[in-house]
Amino acid sequence: MTVTLGHYLTLGAVLFALSVIGIFLNRKNLIVLLMAIELMLLAVNTNFIAFSHYLGDMQGQIFVFFILTVAAAESAIGLAILVLLFRNRSSVDVDELNSLKG
Amino acid sequence: MSQTLQASTLLTIALAPLVGALLAGVLGTRLGGDRIGHRVSHSLTVLGILVSFVLSVQTLYSVVHDGARFNETIYTWMEVGGLTMEIGFMVDGLTAMMMCVVTFVSLMVHIYTIGYMAEDEGYNRFFSYISLFTFSMLMLVMSNNLLQLFFGWEAVGLVSYLLIGFWFNKPTAVFANMKAFLVNRVGDFGFILGIGLIAAYTGSLNYTEVFAQSAQLASMEFPWLMLGQSSLLVTVICICLFIGAMGKSAQFPLHVWLPDSMEGPTPISALIHAATMVTAGIFMVARMSPLFELSDTALNLIMVIGAITALFMGFLGIVQNDIKRVVAYSTLSQLGYMTVALGASAYSVAVFHLMTHAFFKALLFLAAGSVIMGLHHNQDIRWMGGVRKYMPITWITFLLGSLALIGTPLFSGFYSKDSIIEAVAASNLPAASWAYVAVLAGVFITAFYSFRLYFLVFHGQERFDQQPQAHHDAQHDAHGHGDHHLPHESPWVVTVPLALLAIPSVLIGYFTIDAMLFGGFFKDAITVNASTHPAMHELQDKFHGAMAMAEHGLVTWPFWLAVAGVVSAFYCYMINPALPAAVERMFKPVHTLLVNKYYLDAFNEQVLARGTRYLASVLWKRGDQALIDGWLVNGSWRLVGRLSNIVRRLQSGFLYHYALLMILGVFGLITWFVWLKP
Amino acid sequence: MDVKSALFYVFAAVLLFAALRVITVRNPVHAALYLILAFFQASGIWMLLKAEFLSITLVLVYVGAVMVLFLFVVMMIDINIDALKKGFWSHFPLAASIGAILALELASVLMGGFRSAPAPVEAVAAPGMQISNSKDLGIALYTHYLYPLEIAAVILLVAIIAAIALTMRERKDSKLQDASEQIRVKPADRLRMVKVDPVHQPVVAPVVEEPKA
Repeated sequence: MTVTLGHYLTLGAVLFALSVIGIFLNRKNLIVLLMAIELMLLAVNTNFIAFSHYLGDMQGQIFVFFILTVAAAESAIGLAILVLLFRNRSSVDVDELNSLKG
Repeated sequence: MSQTLQASTLLTIALAPLVGALLAGVLGTRLGGDRIGHRVSHSLTVLGILVSFVLSVQTLYSVVHDGARFNETIYTWMEVGGLTMEIGFMVDGLTAMMMCVVTFVSLMVHIYTIGYMAEDEGYNRFFSYISLFTFSMLMLVMSNNLLQLFFGWEAVGLVSYLLIGFWFNKPTAVFANMKAFLVNRVGDFGFILGIGLIAAYTGSLNYTEVFAQSAQLASMEFPWLMLGQSSLLVTVICICLFIGAMGKSAQFPLHVWLPDSMEGPTPISALIHAATMVTAGIFMVARMSPLFELSDTALNLIMVIGAITALFMGFLGIVQNDIKRVVAYSTLSQLGYMTVALGASAYSVAVFHLMTHAFFKALLFLAAGSVIMGLHHNQDIRWMGGVRKYMPITWITFLLGSLALIGTPLFSGFYSKDSIIEAVAASNLPAASWAYVAVLAGVFITAFYSFRLYFLVFHGQERFDQQPQAHHDAQHDAHGHGDHHLPHESPWVVTVPLALLAIPSVLIGYFTIDAMLFGGFFKDAITVNASTHPAMHELQDKFHGAMAMAEHGLVTWPFWLAVAGVVSAFYCYMINPALPAAVERMFKPVHTLLVNKYYLDAFNEQVLARGTRYLASVLWKRGDQALIDGWLVNGSWRLVGRLSNIVRRLQSGFLYHYALLMILGVFGLITWFVWLKP
Repeated sequence: MDVKSALFYVFAAVLLFAALRVITVRNPVHAALYLILAFFQASGIWMLLKAEFLSITLVLVYVGAVMVLFLFVVMMIDINIDALKKGFWSHFPLAASIGAILALELASVLMGGFRSAPAPVEAVAAPGMQISNSKDLGIALYTHYLYPLEIAAVILLVAIIAAIALTMRERKDSKLQDASEQIRVKPADRLRMVKVDPVHQPVVAPVVEEPKA
C-alpha cells in the first residue's frame, strides 16, 4: 500500500516512545540516557521532514537544520558535563545522582 | 445688657487647678524627684483653687447681674466624617452655679486636708489628685458638647479610683476602687450608647446644635431589629443617658460602689462622693432637659429609680455603725431625692437641692472626719459618745448640718427638700404617686438616722474605752496606742472650713430659692414643657416667698415626719437604749437583710463577677488557647508541614523521575486537549 | 507495493530494531554502534522524503562528529560493565506500558489530524522541482532565516567555549608566564635584607644576597 504521511508520523511516534522508555529504564548508565535523547531528537526531525515533504513547505527542513545544530551543541556540552561528573564521582550511575533530593 | 464672658477667664478657671495638680504631682513625688515639700505643694494647689473660686464668683456675678453668657468653641481638635470634636465652654446660670459650688467645696476640702492628712506620706500626691479632680469636674460642667462632658466624666471617675485606693497597700481599699471603677463603667456603657445615638441621629455633639433638632428627634423612631418592634428614639436616648447618670450618681442598682468608696480618706468622701462627682449625673440630666422633656417613659423610669433609691438607701442608713457609712447612705438617699425631682420635670429644684446638699453633706463628712481625727481614727459610733464636750466647734457645725439635712424650716435643706416633695405631688406622671409616698417616708427615715448618728456620737455616755482592741485602720497612728486618750478639738485648718461650710448650709436656701427656682435663673439652661409637665408651674403658683414657705412648712407632713424622726431617735438612743436591741431581735430577718445590704453585693460578687470571670476563663482556655492558638495558628503550620512532607517526595533528586513526570505531564496535556476538552 | 514503499518498510524496521537495542544492550560501546545504525536508517528514510541535503548532513554531522565523540567518551571513561544492568527488568513493565500508551496517543493525534490530507501534496513543489533541495534550502536560509542562522553559529561557538571551560584542567608542570604578574612584583617579594653580625674571623665577610631576576 502507499506510504502516507501517517506512516511516517507513526514511525516518529514509536521512535519517540522508545526513547522515553530508554530514559527511565536506564538507571545505571548516563551515557545511554544521552543517546536516548539523541533518538528523541531524531524522531522529531523525522516528523518535520515528513511534514515538509507532504505539505510542500520548506520551513520544516529549515527547522531540522537548526535542530541538528543545537543538538550537536547540546551533546557536546552534555558529554563535557558527563566527563566532569565521572572525574568527581568515578561512576556514571544515575541512581547515585540524588544530592538535589528535597 | 448682655455681654459675653472672656474665654481667657474661663480657661484660667479650668486650668489653674490643673497647673497646681501637675506641679504638686510631678515635683512633689518621687516622679519628679521629691523636690518640693508639703508646705509648697499645698500652697500651690490651694492657690490654684482660690484663683478658680474667685474667678467663678466673678463669673456668677456677671451671669446674674449683667446677663453675660458664653457659648463658644475654644479649639477643634478633630473632625471626622462630619462629626466635629471640640473643646468649648458654655456658661449660663446652671454652669456658673456649678462652678461656684465645685470650687468652693474644693477650696474648703483643700484647706481641711492640710490638717487631716498632715501625717500622711502621700500628702503631695493627695493634693495633686484633688486639684486634678477639680479640673476634671470643671471641664465637665463648663463643657458645651457631649464629648467634653464625657471626658470630664471619665476623668472624675479616674481620679475617684485613684483617691479611693489612695492607701493602696490596704486590700479593702483596692477592692473598693476597682468596684467603683467597674460599676461606673457599666453606667458609662449606657452613657456612651446614648451619646452615640445622639451623634448618629443629629450628626453633632454640640448642645446647641442637638437641642435645635429636638423637634425632629421627637418624631423619630428607633427600630429594635431583633424584636421587630420600635420605640420612640428620644426614649431610648434618654434611658441610655440616664443609665450613665445611674452609674455616676449611684442610683439603684448601680449604687453599690458608694458605701465602699468610704475606704478613701474623708476629705475625698466630702469632695467627690457627696458634693461634686456624684452630682455629675444630676447635672447631666438637667443639662439635657430639652431631650428628657420629650420622653415621658424616661421621666417615669427616672422617678421610679430615684424613689427606690431615696427610700431603700435610707433604711440601710439606720443599721450602720461606721460614722462615714451612715453619711454615705444619707448621700445615696439624697441623690435619690434629686433624681425624683428630675423625674417630675422639676430640674431646677433638683439642681437647687444639689447645691444645698453639696454644702451640708460636705460639712457632715468633714465634721465626721474631724471626729475621726479627734478620736484617733476610730470610726465606729458604738464607741463614741459625749464628744460635744471635747470638740465644740465640730459639734455645733455637725448639728447645723444635720438640721439642714432633715429639712428644718429656714435651713437650706428645708427649702430644697420640700420643693422636691411638692413637685412630686404636683407631677402628673403615673409613677408620681409611688414616688410621693417614698419621699415622704424618706423624710422620717432621714431624720431618724441623722439624729441617731448625732446622739450616738455627741451625746450620751462616753464609750471610748469600751472598744475591743481589734481596730483596723490604714493610717499609721502617730499618737501610738489608742483610745485611752480623750478626744481633742481639731486644729484651725480643720475647723475653719467646717464653719465656712456651715454658713451656706444654713442661709443659702432662704436667700436664693426665689431667684433660682422661680426667677428665671435657669431660664436658658433648662427647658420644661409646661403643658405636659406642669409640676414647676404649680410650684410657682404656690410660692409666696421664702418666709411664707417656712411658716407654711410648719403645718405640712414633711415637718411633722421629721420631728417624729428626731423624737424617735432621741427616745431610742438617749432615753431607752435597750429598745433598738429589742427591735432588732424582733425583726431579725429584716435586720439581716438590711445588714447584708439587700444581698446586692453578694449577688454582684457571686453571680456577675464570678460569672464574668468564668466566661473569661472559658474564652481564654477554649477559645484562645485551644481554638486560635492550637487549631488555627499551630494547626496551620502543622498542615503546611504535613502537605510539604508529601509534596517533598516528588523531588527525589533522580533525573529519570523528573523525566517521567515530564512525560506524564505531556501525556496528560494530550489527553486533555484531544479528548476531554470540548 | 512499489520500491519506495518497500524501502520505507525495510528502513523503518531496522531503525526500530536498532533503537530498541540502543536502550537494552549492556555494553555502552555496543549501544553507540547501534545508534549509528539507527542514524543511517533514518538518513535513508529522509532521502526517500526527498530531503537530500539533510540526509547527508545527518550522516556527516551526527554520525561523523557526534557519535564519534560519544565513542571517545565511552571508551575514555572506565566503566564497570557488570554493575550496569542491575534492576533493568524490574522496571520494564511500567516503562513499556507508558511507552505504548504514549505511542498510541501520539499516533492517533497525528493520524487523526492529518487524515484529511490523504494524498501527499507533492505537486506544490512542482515549480521548485527544478531546483535541487540544497539550493532550495540555501535560498530560504540566507534570505528569510539569516538571523536565526547567525544565532545558530553563535550557539555553536558558545558550546565550544563551554565544553572547554568545563573540562579543561591545567597541567601541573606547565611553565606558563604571566606577564602582568611579573610586572607587579615588588622589591620586597624578591629581596630580603639580612643583618648579620660581623664575626671575628677576618676571612668571612657579611653576605648580601643577589636580587633574582
